[in-house]
Amino acid sequence: MAEVGTVGYEQVPPAEVEDMELYHPKSFATKYIWSQDAKIIAVQYAGTAVAIGMVGLVLSWLMRLQLGFPDVFSFITAKDYYQFVTMHGMIMVIYLLTALFLGGFGNYLIPLMVGARDMVFPYVNMLSYWIFLLAVIVLISSWFVPGGPTGAGWTLYPPQAILSGTPGSSNGIVLMLISLALFIVGFTMGGLNYVVTVLQARTRGMTMMRLPLTVWGIFVATILALLAFPALFVGAVMMTLDKMLGPSFFMPSIVELGQQLSYKGGSPLLFQHLFWFFGHPEVYIVALPAFGIVSDLISTHARRNIFGYRLMVWAIVVIGGLSFIVWAHHMYVSGMNPYFGFFFATTTLIIAVPTAIKVYNWVLTLWKGNIQLTIPMLFAIAFIITFVNGGITGLFLGNVIVDVPLSDTMFVVAHFHMVMGVAPILVVLGAVYHWFPLMTGRHLHQGLGKFHFWVTFLGAYLIYFPMHYLGFLGVPRRYYELNDTSFVPASAHDLNAFITVAALVVGFAQIVFICNIFWSAYRGKKAERNPWKAASLEWQTPTMPPGHGNWAKELPVVYRWAYDYSVPGAKQDFIPQNVAPDQVEMDAGQKESATT
Amino acid sequence: MSNRWIVTFVLFVVAIGSVIFHLVTPWWSTEIASNWSQIDFTINLTFWITGFVYIAVILFMAWCIYKYRHRPDRRAEYEPENKKLEIILTVVTTIGVAGLLAPGLITWNKYVAVPKDALQLEVVGKQWQWSYRFPGKDGKLGKTAVRFINGDNPFGIDPKDPNGKDDILVEDVNVTLPVGKSYKMLLRSIDVLHDFYVPQFRAKMDLVPGQVSYFWFTTKRTGEFDILCAELCGVGHHTMRGKVSVVSPADFEKFLGEQTTFAKQQEEARLRRQRDAKKRQAAKRAAESIKQAARETPGTKSLD
Amino acid sequence: MRIVHALTRKPWTTAQGIIDNHYPGDAFQKPKGKLGLRFLIAVMSVVFFLLVISYGSRMALVDWRPAPPQSVLWLNTTWLVLSSIGLQWARMGVRAERIDRVSVGLVAGGIFAIAFLTGQFLAWRQLDNLPSFGISNPAIAFFYLITIAHALHVVGGLVAWIRTMEKVWRGYSVERVRQSVELCTTYWHFLLVVWLVLFGLLFSGNTQLEFLLKVCGLK
Repeated sequence: MAEVGTVGYEQVPPAEVEDMELYHPKSFATKYIWSQDAKIIAVQYAGTAVAIGMVGLVLSWLMRLQLGFPDVFSFITAKDYYQFVTMHGMIMVIYLLTALFLGGFGNYLIPLMVGARDMVFPYVNMLSYWIFLLAVIVLISSWFVPGGPTGAGWTLYPPQAILSGTPGSSNGIVLMLISLALFIVGFTMGGLNYVVTVLQARTRGMTMMRLPLTVWGIFVATILALLAFPALFVGAVMMTLDKMLGPSFFMPSIVELGQQLSYKGGSPLLFQHLFWFFGHPEVYIVALPAFGIVSDLISTHARRNIFGYRLMVWAIVVIGGLSFIVWAHHMYVSGMNPYFGFFFATTTLIIAVPTAIKVYNWVLTLWKGNIQLTIPMLFAIAFIITFVNGGITGLFLGNVIVDVPLSDTMFVVAHFHMVMGVAPILVVLGAVYHWFPLMTGRHLHQGLGKFHFWVTFLGAYLIYFPMHYLGFLGVPRRYYELNDTSFVPASAHDLNAFITVAALVVGFAQIVFICNIFWSAYRGKKAERNPWKAASLEWQTPTMPPGHGNWAKELPVVYRWAYDYSVPGAKQDFIPQNVAPDQVEMDAGQKESATT
Repeated sequence: MSNRWIVTFVLFVVAIGSVIFHLVTPWWSTEIASNWSQIDFTINLTFWITGFVYIAVILFMAWCIYKYRHRPDRRAEYEPENKKLEIILTVVTTIGVAGLLAPGLITWNKYVAVPKDALQLEVVGKQWQWSYRFPGKDGKLGKTAVRFINGDNPFGIDPKDPNGKDDILVEDVNVTLPVGKSYKMLLRSIDVLHDFYVPQFRAKMDLVPGQVSYFWFTTKRTGEFDILCAELCGVGHHTMRGKVSVVSPADFEKFLGEQTTFAKQQEEARLRRQRDAKKRQAAKRAAESIKQAARETPGTKSLD
Repeated sequence: MRIVHALTRKPWTTAQGIIDNHYPGDAFQKPKGKLGLRFLIAVMSVVFFLLVISYGSRMALVDWRPAPPQSVLWLNTTWLVLSSIGLQWARMGVRAERIDRVSVGLVAGGIFAIAFLTGQFLAWRQLDNLPSFGISNPAIAFFYLITIAHALHVVGGLVAWIRTMEKVWRGYSVERVRQSVELCTTYWHFLLVVWLVLFGLLFSGNTQLEFLLKVCGLK
C-alpha cells in the first residue's frame, strides 16, 4: 500500500489548458441539465430543495391553522394533520436543510473556496443530484397512493409506523423509507466528492488551516453525514422488511385492535437507537455548515478577522466527534435503561462548551469590529440570537431530569425549531444575500431584503419564544386538538391563534423573498466585482459569475488565511487570499480604484 | 448609518421584551402535585443561569453594534486570537455547565431509584385508551403476556399464575390514587408506543410493547389531573386521554372496592360463555325443528 | 497525531505563512480515486458494523432461534479468498509491470467472485427449501439481509472489474490500468474482510457472537 502514493500522476493531462477543456460542456443539455459543473449542480440541488421546502412551508401553515383555530378548518382531519406533521418534519430536516447546505452551498462554495476547478468526481456528483431528485419524486408520490403519506411522525418509530392505526401505514411508509434510502445513496455520492475535494483538490498554498470556516463546517458535516446516514439506511431497510415480510426485527408481540399479530420478540428501541444514532449527528449536519457560513458572514461584514480561528476549527471538529456519543438524549423517556441517562446527559452538556465557545467568538468578532449592517450581517446577528436561544433550551432538554417534564411538549417543538429551523434558515438567507452577487452578478433588492429580514426574524421570534411557555405549561406536541384540558387556560388558545397568524405572515415573507430572487436575477442592481470586499478565494475568480472551470489558465495561488481584514499597515481593510505578501499595498490599491 | 439605531434598539427590545414576557406570562408550570419539586428547582436554576447568559449576549451585541459601527476612516482591530480571554470563557462556561449538570444528575439518580415502600400500579396502554391494574391483597401482580390477551382477558394475565387472581382491574381511562403514597408505575403497552404523562406529576415515561418500563412518584395533594399520551401513537393519539383522581386513603379504598378482580372477571367470562353456549344450542335446536317442520309439510319450499 | 499538530498552527503568523506557502497544491494531481475509495469503505464499514450490532442486539432477546449453519458457506468463503488472491496477483502484476500477470489475476479474481455469488445463491435456495425456517424468523431474515447486502457490494465490485477488464482487453498499457487494478484489489480485500467477520461472527454457528454477548453481559 505504501508505494501507491505517487501512482496516478501520469494520468493527469499535462497542460492546464487541456485541463480547462474538460470543463466545457458541448450542448445546452450537458450545460444546464445533465451538467457536471458543481455550480450548476448546486443550483439544481438548491432549487429542488427550496421547491420541496415550499411544500413543507405550506404544510406548516396547514398545521398551524388547525392548531390556532381547531374548530374552523373542518377539512383538516386528524389523519391529515399527522401526515402534515410527518412530511413537514422530514422535508425540512432532510430534503430542505441537508440538501441545501451540503448539496447546494457545498457544491457551489467548496471548489471555489479551495481553489479547485470543480469537484473531483464530477460525474458522480451529477448522479448524486439526479438520485436526490428521484428521492424527492418518490417522497411526493406518496401523496398519490392509497392511504396517502405516512403519519408516523418524522421519527418513524415502529411499531406504529407500520401498523394500521397510523395514517399511510400501507403504502406511504414504504415510499418514505425508499425515498430515504435513495436520498442516502445519492448523498453518499455527493459527500465523497465534497470530502475528497477538500482534502485533495486544494490549490497551491491552501493548507487546511487557511480554509475559510465555511469549508470546515461543510467538510466536517459531510463526514458526519457519511458516517451517520448508514444508521438510518440500515433502520429503513430493516423496517421495510418488517413491513413486507414480517421478520420481527423491531416488532414485539402485539395485539392490534383485538387481533393477535404474527410479530414476535423484536425490539422497538433498537430502531430508536439506530434512528437517533443518525438523528443527532443530523442536527450537526445542518448546524455545522451554518456555523461555518455565519462565521464568514460576520467576519466579512464586520471587517474583522474571525476571532479565535483555531478554536473555531477545534470546536467544529470536537462538536462533530461528540455528536456521535450523545444520541440517546432523545430517548431519556423512551423506556431504555434509565442508567444510560447519566452518560448521555454528561456528554450532551459537554457539547455545550465548544458550542458556547463558537458563540463567544462570533460575538467577539463583532467586538472592536467595523460593523457594516448589511443584510447578510443582519441575518447573522439574528442567527446568533435565535441560536443562543435554541442552544440554551438545549441545556434544559439535555439535562436528563429537566427533560422528563418537558419532553414531548411544545417546549421541544420550540427548541428544535429555534435551533435547527430558524437559526440555520437565517444563515441560509443571509448567505443567499451574501453570495447572490457572485452567482448572478446582481444584488438582491435591498428594500425587499430589509422587509424580508425584519418580518422573518421578528416573526419567527414571536412564533417560537412564547411557544416554550406552552411547553412549560405542559401542552403536549403532535396533538391534533387539545379539547378540554383542565390545566390549559383559555389564554393559551389565544396564544396558539396568535402564533398561527405570525406563522402565516413569516411564510408570506419567504414568498416575497423568492420573488425577489427571480426579479433580481434579471433586473437587480448590477454588482461590482467583490462587492463586499471579501478576502476569501471565491470572490477572486477572473470572471463574476465564475465560468466553467472556475479559474483562468492558472489556478490561483494562496498566500494567506481567509481572514486578513483590517490588517495593520495595509492600505485596504482586506487582503484577498491570493495576494502575495510583496504585492499587498500596491495590488490592493489598484483593486480599490477598479471597484469604486 | 441610522440603521444602527434601529438594530441596537430592536435587540434591546428583544432582550428586555423577553424578560418582561417571562415576568408577566400567564403560561407557566402547573401547580405541582407530586414529590418532584426538585425537578422544578433544576428547571428554575437552568432558567436563571441560561437566561442571564442569553440576555447578556444580546445586550453585549447591541452595544457592539452601537459602538463599533462602520466608519470609513476607522479600522477594526486585527486580533486573530486572545488566548487568555478564550481560556477564561471556556473555564467559566465549563463551570456553569457543570453547575447545571450536577443537580440534574443528583435528581435523576432519585428518579431511577424506586423507594422500597412504593406501591405498584400497572398502566396498560393500547390504541387509544388507558387501563390500570392494582395488585390485590398479596401485593403482587400476576404475570402477563400478549399471547394471553383475548376478549375475556384484555390484560393478558397468565390464568395459571396464582398471584394474578386477586389483581384489581380498572378497565376505564380514569383511575384513582390515594394521597401521600409512593407509586411505582409499571408501564406496559400491548400494541404501540405510548407515554403516560400527567403534567402536575412532572414525571413521564414511554410505554414500549414487549417490555415494562417504569417511573415513580409520591402523590402530594388531592385533586383531579389530566392524563395525556405524550408519544405519537397513531391517528387517535390526541384522544388517548384520562383523568387521575388523587383522593384520601379512605376514598381510595372505596374506589378499589368498586372494581373487579381478575378472578371475578374470569368467572363472569366463564358464565357468559356458558350462557352463550346454551343460547347457541337453543338456537340450533330451534332451527332444526323449523327445518324438520318444513320437510314434513309437503308443498313448502325448504328454508335451506 | 499529525492532524492534531496541523490544527494547532497559527495560519495568520508570518512564520507559519512562509511554511504554508510551500504547500504544493494537489489540485487534480493525486490519485483521487484512492481517497474516495477509502471513504466509501468507511461508509460501507459503518453499514456492516451497524448490521452486526443490530444482529447482536436482536440475538440477545429471548425468542432467538439461530439459523442452521450451512456448509456451503465454507466453500463460498474459499471462493472469495481465492478471488482476493487473484486480484492481489493482478496488483503484483501491475507493480512488476507485467500485463500478462495482470490479466491472469483479474480473470481468476473475477471468476472466483462469480463462483462466490453463485454459491451464495445456492445458500439462499437451500435456506428457502428448509420447511421449518421461514423469512419470519429474524435469524433467517438477517441472514438474507446481510448476505444480500454483501453480495450487492460484490456485484458493484464486479462492475468496476468489468471496466478494468475492458481496458486490459483493449491492450492498454500497465500504466493506464494501474489505478483501476489497485482500487479493485483494495475493494476486494475489504469485501473479504467484511465477509470473514460476518461469516465468522454470525453465520458459522452463532457461538462466537453469543460468546461476545456474554462477555459484554448482554445475554
